Amino acid sequence: MTDTVELAAKDPDLEQPYAELGLKDDEYAAIREVLGRRPTQTELAMYSIMWSEHCSYKSSKVHLRQFGTKAPASDRLLVGMGENAGVVDVGEGLAVTFKVESHNHPSYVEPYQGAATGIGGIVRDILTMGARPVLVMDPLRFGDADHPDTKRVLPGIVAGIGGYGNCLGLPNIGGEVVFDPSYQGNPLVNALCLGVMPVERIQLSAARGVGNVVVLLGAKTGRDGIGGVSVLASATFDEDGPARRPSVQVGDPFMEKLLIEACLEMYDARLVEGIQDLGGAGLTCALTETSAAGRSGMRAYLERVPLREASMEPHEILASESQERMLAIVTPANLPEVLAIARKWGVLATAIGEVTDGDRLVVTWHDEVVVDVPPGSLADDGPVYERPLSRPADLDALQSAVLPDYPTDGLGDLLLRMVASPNLCSRRWVVEQYDRIVLGDTVLAWPEDAGVVRLSESGLGIALSTDGNGRYTRLDPYAGAQLALAEAYRNVAATGAVPIAVTNCLNFGSPEDPEVMWQFAEATRGLADGCQVMGTPVTGGNVSFYNSTADVAINPTPVIGVLGLLDDVARRTPMGFQAEGESILLLGETRDELGGSEWAWAEHRHLGGRPPVVDLEREKLLGEVLVSGSRDGMLSSAHDLSDGGLAQALVESALSKGIGARVVLPAGLDPFVQLFSESAGRCLVTVPRSEELRFTEMCDARGLPCTRIGVTDGEALDVQDVLSLPLDRIRAAHEGTLPALFGPLAGDA
Amino acid sequence: MTARIGVVTFPGSLDDRDAQRAVRLAGAEPVALWHDDADLQGVDAVVLPGGFSYGDYLRCGAIARFAPAMGSVVEQAGRGLPVLGICNGFQVLCESHLLPGALTRNSHLHFVNRDQRLRIESTDSAWTSGYDAGQEIVIPVKNGEGNYVASTAELDRLEGEGLVVARYLGSNPNGSARDIAAIRNERGNVVGIMPHPEHAVEELIGTAGTDGLVFFTSVLKALVAA
Repeated sequence: MTDTVELAAKDPDLEQPYAELGLKDDEYAAIREVLGRRPTQTELAMYSIMWSEHCSYKSSKVHLRQFGTKAPASDRLLVGMGENAGVVDVGEGLAVTFKVESHNHPSYVEPYQGAATGIGGIVRDILTMGARPVLVMDPLRFGDADHPDTKRVLPGIVAGIGGYGNCLGLPNIGGEVVFDPSYQGNPLVNALCLGVMPVERIQLSAARGVGNVVVLLGAKTGRDGIGGVSVLASATFDEDGPARRPSVQVGDPFMEKLLIEACLEMYDARLVEGIQDLGGAGLTCALTETSAAGRSGMRAYLERVPLREASMEPHEILASESQERMLAIVTPANLPEVLAIARKWGVLATAIGEVTDGDRLVVTWHDEVVVDVPPGSLADDGPVYERPLSRPADLDALQSAVLPDYPTDGLGDLLLRMVASPNLCSRRWVVEQYDRIVLGDTVLAWPEDAGVVRLSESGLGIALSTDGNGRYTRLDPYAGAQLALAEAYRNVAATGAVPIAVTNCLNFGSPEDPEVMWQFAEATRGLADGCQVMGTPVTGGNVSFYNSTADVAINPTPVIGVLGLLDDVARRTPMGFQAEGESILLLGETRDELGGSEWAWAEHRHLGGRPPVVDLEREKLLGEVLVSGSRDGMLSSAHDLSDGGLAQALVESALSKGIGARVVLPAGLDPFVQLFSESAGRCLVTVPRSEELRFTEMCDARGLPCTRIGVTDGEALDVQDVLSLPLDRIRAAHEGTLPALFGPLAGDA
Repeated sequence: MTARIGVVTFPGSLDDRDAQRAVRLAGAEPVALWHDDADLQGVDAVVLPGGFSYGDYLRCGAIARFAPAMGSVVEQAGRGLPVLGICNGFQVLCESHLLPGALTRNSHLHFVNRDQRLRIESTDSAWTSGYDAGQEIVIPVKNGEGNYVASTAELDRLEGEGLVVARYLGSNPNGSARDIAAIRNERGNVVGIMPHPEHAVEELIGTAGTDGLVFFTSVLKALVAA
């Protein structure tokens, strides 16, 4: 029998399974206090979802506030944090919205569908803001490359991202693939989407206007994904991980494509008063958030929701995470036109309720009231925790660990091993499975430092990069977050774009572990301080906790996305050497900084010491020089130095078009350190001889160290007195690793 | 008078706007056509774009074939209307029996997107007359089901009658029989191609260059001549 509000009043002491649903004793008591009675079974399910870590941000909220209080002034921010995604003014009457989110646990349980629906979810967030989604990116992290389970997880995740994104027609313009054993039982699948819209098309989620109709658009509601956020995303994996498969949603990208086109047509015709996507927490989240945001009441008739299975119960309908659904608020006058557009695109559209007077969300099931709650109590007034913090007990030992001895010879062989190592090798095996050019506006994509996409025929465009280094963050969370920000900023500036805004996906272990919570607090403080210095506000993002297996947490991994703006994409600077006979300049300073480096890890499985020093003012200066160099047409190429240091940057720039280099390392530091140190704030650029003096004088005038280290030439990488390797040999090493692990490239079988 | 080239949008078409842009860059006027409308608006030629029409959940192109617009395309192609099917459009042409054979799952089972070298084998078509016979070009390939198959007799006929329009050079990205990337009908007005000429029309975009533009300028010349 269906539990109703009436029954709840009659039987106030009924024992309820709140603990099984993830609610603590005091949280359950708080619900009873809000309602003045016990919750119905359906209400209990709704509170358990909305008050879960995933939806309520109850552990992170107190730390995330810094992104607001420390935000640098920006006249570009049209919509800040709090809506589905931030919106940035990019000029020409256009606005851009972008966000990165995690879909980690589902992707471990069911790699293909988990990753696919991760794309689907972030795309709907962007669509909800009124924008046409125009690109995706995927920062990914896996366990050891040669671990047997990585062979299950990685191909499935890559195929899922490709399968969904390709079918939606969204170019995948970049991302990351990182291997580390800390992600073995908990891979990270983060997905970023960016959308574009005329400024006047921005949509908000608030449901307002008594009598307005609540319309459910898209797929039928089924039993898939029930408990996704409270069960999967808000608890640590234990040994029965894969048995949670029923909690993973199944995606239908074709339906999503139709939903996108239908919604955009409705926006353009100004038919929508408010709109919200259905993602984690499904209808529960959409009904409560739209009514809470509008400070309105709402009435929903659950029996009107089109179902895949007739036997579904009210709490299942409200908790279902069936994909490809949106909730629109429309006036009665516009309803026929909304239904007609939906019909044109073959999208199901059903009026399931209306906006009401007052401040109660009332849900009925065949005339019985199953939910009667103040929506704000679910959406906004969830619990907030000041979790205890504790500096990890092993951190001193980690930071003071002595690095392995530096090699003094055999640097050529070392370079070949390094460029073939899992974290530095070519990602061709992965990215060839993604459509990178659909929509016809992709100016730069993998393997470039940042993706660059044209937004308008005038040449206006954006650059985007995501970066994060879990090892650095493990060694020093404050610095690690800033290093991730600095790298993404540098990557964007290297293309010639001016960095303007930041999004982030904060992947951490369990917030109930004080040492993890300390890492989180330090990383968010580092990021907020960093964004203040760089002048790039955080526009939105996502927190993913409980990334641990048994008691072992992942390396803390803040993934930072930086958005940059180009007035004219034709001025973009590519990563690769463009012509022979050009001067190779190294911008910035190289120090002996190999703590947490790729060398220490790849060669010695060593994680210890201090990460490179962060100098954000220097990063800004470097960015300014790179942007000026691009605008004035002085630069032929620019490539950021990060993992793997100068050696890796030289290799990638040379392999791009098969143009080699003759390099003479400056006197001073030993060649190994110069080639493999990961000092931040550096970039490798090439300039035509005719521009060299003008460029170096600009660097001098601005106080940016600039060292000429060689010239582009031939078909080999030659570092005088250190190493000399034909590019063919380097390429074979660089490109062979992933096919050897995961199967041959297409056509090479 | 500017030639008008229609681009049919099916539910799930993805490269339709890209094809329209290529038409524009070639100097023609793109006309958006809708799958559910049999009226081709008097266009001078038709492009069936890439994508996943109807999700391609059944067989690629199998449902698109029954769209009202396709009824008109089949009928007018029979009277000589130039038709270019790209990727999913090629699949639709095969399902519609405007071209022989079928496109099946890539032999390696992965979606593949890369810049692909091709050799133009036939310039006797409305869409390739601007190339030199034997010319090598580079345009992107991106598909999951681009593996061209036909009976041996059919393949021999295609070869014998010079109906193979383009062939993959270097590695074959999807396992296609005899490295076939594109074919045409006997009359030469209907061409199906798996790689994407519309994605190689601007130096700035992608990494393949502009070799694809000739498909669209060729048809303009053919229209002027006709």
